[in-house]
Amino acid sequence: MTITDTPPGGDTIAAPTETTSKLGDRIFGGISLGAGILILVTLAAVALFLFVEAWPTFGAEPSTFNESFSSYVAPLLFGTIWAAFLALLLALPLAVAVALFVSHYAPKRLAVSFGYFIDLLAAIPSVVFGLWGIAVLAPILSRSVYPWLEDNLGFLPFFAGPASTSGRTMMTVAVVLAVMILPIITAISREVFLQTPRLHEEASLALGATKWEMIRQAVLPYGRSGVISGAMLGLGRALGETMAVAIILSPANIITVNVISNQNPNTIAANIALKFPESAGLNVNRLIATGLVLFFVTFIVNALARRIANAGFSGADG
Amino acid sequence: MTLTEQRPAPTEPSSSITANRMTRVQVGAVGLVAVAVGALSWLSSGSPNWARWIVVTLVTYCVGIYIVARIVEGRRQALDRLMLALVTSAFALVVMPLASVIWTVIERGTNRFDAEFFTETMRGVTGEGGGIYHAIVGTLIVTGLATLMSVPFGLFTAIYLAEYGHGTKLAKAIQAMVDVMTGIPSIVAGLFAYAMFELIFGPGTRSGIAGAVALTVLMTPVVVRSSEEMLRLVPNELREASYALGVPKWKTIVKVVLPTAIAGIITGVVLAIARVIGETAPLLVTAGLAQGVNWNPFDGRMTTLPVFTYYQYVQPGVPPSNGQDRAWAAALVLIIIVMVLFTLARILAHVLKPKGLR
Amino acid sequence: MTNVRSSSSEGTATMTDRVDIPAADVDASGTAAHTGPDNRIVVEDLNIYYSSFLAVKDVNMVIEPRSVTALIGPSGCGKSTFIRSLNRMHEVITGAHVEGAVYVDGENLYGPGVDPVAVRRKVGMVFQRPNPFPTMSIADNVLAGKRLNSKRINKSDAEDLVEKSLRGANLWEEVKDRLDKPGSGLSGGQQQRLCIARAIAVEPEILLMDEPCSALDPISTLAIEQLMNELKSTYTIVIVTHNMQQAARVSSRTAFFTIDGTGQPGYVVEMDDTDVMFSNPKQQSTIDYVTGRFG
Repeated sequence: MTITDTPPGGDTIAAPTETTSKLGDRIFGGISLGAGILILVTLAAVALFLFVEAWPTFGAEPSTFNESFSSYVAPLLFGTIWAAFLALLLALPLAVAVALFVSHYAPKRLAVSFGYFIDLLAAIPSVVFGLWGIAVLAPILSRSVYPWLEDNLGFLPFFAGPASTSGRTMMTVAVVLAVMILPIITAISREVFLQTPRLHEEASLALGATKWEMIRQAVLPYGRSGVISGAMLGLGRALGETMAVAIILSPANIITVNVISNQNPNTIAANIALKFPESAGLNVNRLIATGLVLFFVTFIVNALARRIANAGFSGADG
Repeated sequence: MTLTEQRPAPTEPSSSITANRMTRVQVGAVGLVAVAVGALSWLSSGSPNWARWIVVTLVTYCVGIYIVARIVEGRRQALDRLMLALVTSAFALVVMPLASVIWTVIERGTNRFDAEFFTETMRGVTGEGGGIYHAIVGTLIVTGLATLMSVPFGLFTAIYLAEYGHGTKLAKAIQAMVDVMTGIPSIVAGLFAYAMFELIFGPGTRSGIAGAVALTVLMTPVVVRSSEEMLRLVPNELREASYALGVPKWKTIVKVVLPTAIAGIITGVVLAIARVIGETAPLLVTAGLAQGVNWNPFDGRMTTLPVFTYYQYVQPGVPPSNGQDRAWAAALVLIIIVMVLFTLARILAHVLKPKGLR
Repeated sequence: MTNVRSSSSEGTATMTDRVDIPAADVDASGTAAHTGPDNRIVVEDLNIYYSSFLAVKDVNMVIEPRSVTALIGPSGCGKSTFIRSLNRMHEVITGAHVEGAVYVDGENLYGPGVDPVAVRRKVGMVFQRPNPFPTMSIADNVLAGKRLNSKRINKSDAEDLVEKSLRGANLWEEVKDRLDKPGSGLSGGQQQRLCIARAIAVEPEILLMDEPCSALDPISTLAIEQLMNELKSTYTIVIVTHNMQQAARVSSRTAFFTIDGTGQPGYVVEMDDTDVMFSNPKQQSTIDYVTGRFG
């Protein structure tokens, strides 16, 4: 690091050359400010452009499409939320357990490497997960798990079947999505568990708590808001996930909670990926309209996550 | 003289501090039994089913250790041991898909790891042969353009947030919007870029630059976040020393603050690149797919590696094995690139870290 | 290296004698010294390690029941390490271990088959900075330790225990109307008394206090010291303190720890009745410390 520019006129230290510094500062500061404002503009542009592109869908004549926009987007919206919800259901307990493992149970020297392994999961592109899901996971599940579920738990609407032989089901998608969002939930949870004040952990131990009792008494209550915020971020990620769903899922235009059959509601994102390249005209507008819906949903979920994170951390300080 | 009358009678008898503990041998025995039970689960079929073996072993161990510890040690200790078994099982369970993905990609991807694969395009190819040359070119161009756009964009925003806009309402708004940007689904970013180019240049445009714009929307918030954090880590004393010497603010930032933070900034950029280089969805709707090399990002479709992978798998042609082989090989290339970038980021962070800073 | 045996204090069934028992006599009585009246702590050849680093060496002392024993000495000489070895909290740090024995009621805390968790039920601890659980109410804080150990406490038993413990900590009057408010809403001194209430709710026999007043203002400190005076009739109290005046105020026996230099292990220089330690100690370094020449 070098500091150039000695001021002219020597002995007053704090007198830089007025004009060049003022101009330089103005330009530089202006560029920085401009960049910041450009962020706001970009976001506004995203909302605006999407809306403009989506608008023709709403104003179009009913004869253009077979159905109204709301009946078109309803199963997609359901599929999006349902898949993300299932993924979170599977991922959250595992993520918390793994975070606890890395923060409190694993030997210290290995804990860093273990954390690194989990972060590796986050690095794998989603299209690779899609390939793996359909080529490896789906056959395994359709061979071992789905028939068993249909036979033994088929009375539940979730497993009513008939069990898919290809495995291209909502449940397979949920498992793959869970694997994909697990790293982010684990990373945030691990951070927050590690931040549990040692003082409270020792208070618990000094009362005669076992390790698990200490975690239940001191670590988990402290980390609760962090875990929730991580879970919501994971949920947001799952809502927007495209390629894994597009590759794996066998879609149909229905709303159902049956997770092991070949008839599954598609997600908004996967539907766009599937249909967009070959679409034209108003179909494109309609797809973009569904994208706008997805944008809203993820926006709300992420805003909630931020709200909880901010509220939680100030509460934990008390 | 006794003082015992002053002491309230204990509500529980004074308990001994010794307790039955399970020995290492006993714990090991439970483990071995669990492994044996796990093996039993696939033995009848003849060939080892690793997944089933591991899962059954873990479940058996958890149940077994709880029961045995409950008998030998008591409820609380048994619960403690069970939780240790559970969290370790959870970790093992999570490692399994990771290992499976990497193993599968390596196993299936190496079928096409030949020179032809890296030098040929798909122009005129049906069936065997073909390669990813055009996809690599496309990825480099699109990602390169995205980096060229997002790094100044993100860095200057971070400079504003860290150096100029402390605590102002505008800075808070920008930070909130950066947060929102990190949450934008990648397909939505793609649709935005498509919409932008369509509204400006007319319908049906596909181009590499549109893909780069979509990736920029995804990359910029990552660059902003990590750069801002790095800039904030630069101690204020350095800035004050510079001001005290009469150096104007902008030069202080350029000559003092940025060089100090540069390691972290570069790491952040590398991580941002790693994040977007595998993105498929936004490129599907912007850059699209082409059979041959397209060197011009402003005109026409441009294939990128992830989009290539996707299409080769879902539209493999006949016989499907050719397309699928190509898809897996491309996936392997993708994973290698991402791993290299990640490792590079870690190394850079370690090596370039200025002494005495965090 | 000095090896000091402590003399017995008032209130026990054995002969009181203000003269140091020569080391040989105690050694000869051997195991008889281990079994004794309730809650007597006998520390025998205790060496405390952090992995391979010896932090405290060769501690031999007897702590008499239902009294306050103070541990004084300069920073870093191992007082906290030693006191934490009395309830096996020292082992929470990876690689930490001890050699030697600590007998309570004749049982060696470090004997084979001893569960550290059970030890901590018997030997309670109050820390330097008050640490009530922030997510729990005052009542739940008091019951926290009890809930770990018992299956279920019915509501009236729980309420009785809360009141008894808070009264025992001189905190009842101040918080009886807000038992369901969070423990973090109290002042520092009140929080520390809450921690004391929490500690005594599990009915330990021994109470360890690691500089309990160093984070508190003088008024709160006075309140805690008065509390100690009442508690000593029920519990054996061992307190680490930097404040010699405090040691002189609250304790009947005092042990002086010191250290020869950084990297060296800490050790006990001298242990005696408090008034003797502060007026007429035997060792030169004790005299130097007590008169303020170093430390």
